[in-house]
Amino acid sequence: MIRLGTASVRLGGAAVVDGVDLTVESGEWTMLIGRNGAGKTTLMRAVAGLVRYEGSITVEGREVRAVGSRERARTVAMVPQSPQLPADMTVGEYALLGRTPHLGFLGRPGHHDFVAAQDAVESLDLDALAGRRLDALSGGERQRAVLARALAQEAPVLLLDEPTAALDVGRQQEVLELVSSLRSQRNLTVLGAMHDLTLAGQYADRLVLLDSGRVVADGSPDEVLTEERINRHYAASVRVARLGGSPVVLPARHPSLRVPIEETSP
Amino acid sequence: MTDVVHRAETRRIEQPSGTVRGDMPWPWFAGGLAGLVAAVLAGMTLGPAAIPASAVLADVASRLPLLDVGTQLSQIDATVLWELRAPRVVLGALVGATLAMAGGAYQAVFHNPLADPYLLGVAAGAGLGATVAIAYAGAGGGLLPVAAFAGAVLAVAAAYGIGRSVGTASRATLVLAGVAVAGFLSAIQTFVLQQNSEDVRAVYSWLLGRLSTSGWSDVVVVLPYVVVSAVTILAYRRVLDVLRVGDEEAESLGVAVNRVRLIVVAAATLGTAAVVAVTGLIGFVGILVPHAIRLLAGASYRIVLPLSALFGAAFLVLADVIARTVLSPAELPIGVVTACVGAPFFAVVLRTTTRGPS
Repeated sequence: MIRLGTASVRLGGAAVVDGVDLTVESGEWTMLIGRNGAGKTTLMRAVAGLVRYEGSITVEGREVRAVGSRERARTVAMVPQSPQLPADMTVGEYALLGRTPHLGFLGRPGHHDFVAAQDAVESLDLDALAGRRLDALSGGERQRAVLARALAQEAPVLLLDEPTAALDVGRQQEVLELVSSLRSQRNLTVLGAMHDLTLAGQYADRLVLLDSGRVVADGSPDEVLTEERINRHYAASVRVARLGGSPVVLPARHPSLRVPIEETSP
Repeated sequence: MTDVVHRAETRRIEQPSGTVRGDMPWPWFAGGLAGLVAAVLAGMTLGPAAIPASAVLADVASRLPLLDVGTQLSQIDATVLWELRAPRVVLGALVGATLAMAGGAYQAVFHNPLADPYLLGVAAGAGLGATVAIAYAGAGGGLLPVAAFAGAVLAVAAAYGIGRSVGTASRATLVLAGVAVAGFLSAIQTFVLQQNSEDVRAVYSWLLGRLSTSGWSDVVVVLPYVVVSAVTILAYRRVLDVLRVGDEEAESLGVAVNRVRLIVVAAATLGTAAVVAVTGLIGFVGILVPHAIRLLAGASYRIVLPLSALFGAAFLVLADVIARTVLSPAELPIGVVTACVGAPFFAVVLRTTTRGPS
């Protein structure tokens, strides 16, 4: 479980995350949405203990800033937006890096670590590529390798920053389906950020819309994804349709479809 | 049944058959060892007083217990061998290993392929220390290395202190602080030299680097620092591999990045300062050796660091052999040799490997 109590993050004097109250229950999948710079990534970095925050952020009941980095990495696994992949590392070795917080001082992996890494590699259908260099992977395979590394951490909380950026629509669905099934298999608590609102609404239990570091809407995809809200907080022009019961967000260009863009700041 | 299958699968990650590239490529290790032995033998054999390799080997054997081999060396040759050449060869090996490994370590913690052990001001600090010692204390025997060592350590400590005081000891602030400290110290050194221009020659010769011939005492002086430095850096080789995914991701994997950087920089600085204090500035080894190994044998620090020690040692011993034989009986500065031999060799390595550095 993740719980933020009036959590704020200041970067260079400005409050990038501004007094956010948010609780993500165990096993829940919540997606943060909001325009570029709304504070989604920073909020997740704070949950991962990578940036100083004010207020309170607890993960599995423990205050993030009070926990050592190893202990924290055993609780929270993060898939960054643009991971840095050492070109000549193999997929297997890379997944094994996820075991880092579980290793002793000199960092020699033991049998259990190899098993956990192999499990992660298999869960993401990468067994055939375990010996492949990272620079020889396609975009979708890379994203799966990064997920494998995060999974090998065996942390109950998974943070996904734009997990589908730069993937084709099929790979986007593939990655999200994998996350969905891993979540139910391992009872993971998932907090993510995404720009594709339609996909976010199809996969997450709950969407949290951020604007200028504040929560401006929080609820089921149906509740959050309204034309008025998206147009206002994204400074966009969209129409929301429905497909199989879930909202589909469509950009609208034709003048007859355009909705007047309102003032964006809340 | 599933357990058996599972185990077989597990082995795919575990086994070295091309899957785990971090495992030591033993042919390269053996090659490095053979190269070091050959370089040491050449260093013991070549010189103004010709002592054949067979005689050197026989003499070594005669000194080993349980072997009944008589020495064929005269008293003078034995003295030349054990009091002049052997300490020089051993010192060369220690210096080469330390500089190469420290360079690899700096490249790891700064994610910077151009980092060398002098990045945070070791060279400028040691240079100023040596210059002050030569100018104001007459280069008196024991003082110069002490001053150079103190200057080197203080310079890096100052760079680190300034880097931290900015807020986070991030890579960029540390490197920039190092640049500031180095620039400042170099300016003072220039000033001191300008005031004492008669010492330019002595300082210049120190700056170019040379393997001292003052016998075993130099070896004894640097040995503790070099050992501590090497053991620490090697102990961190796996953690340094985790750093290859970048500071932030390493942090999210549970590595206390700033602490690791502090420890590794401290260890590398200690070793570098100790060898610089005794030999002066020997350039190129710290950049060239780790990169050549990365290109040829693999980029994992579990490979780069141990092999850098081996090949760095062999390379510097060989460079010293060249330095004292090419213009014999005059000696070339060893720094000139490392650059003249190293640069073309490195260019060839760059051209012939398809594997890009990572």
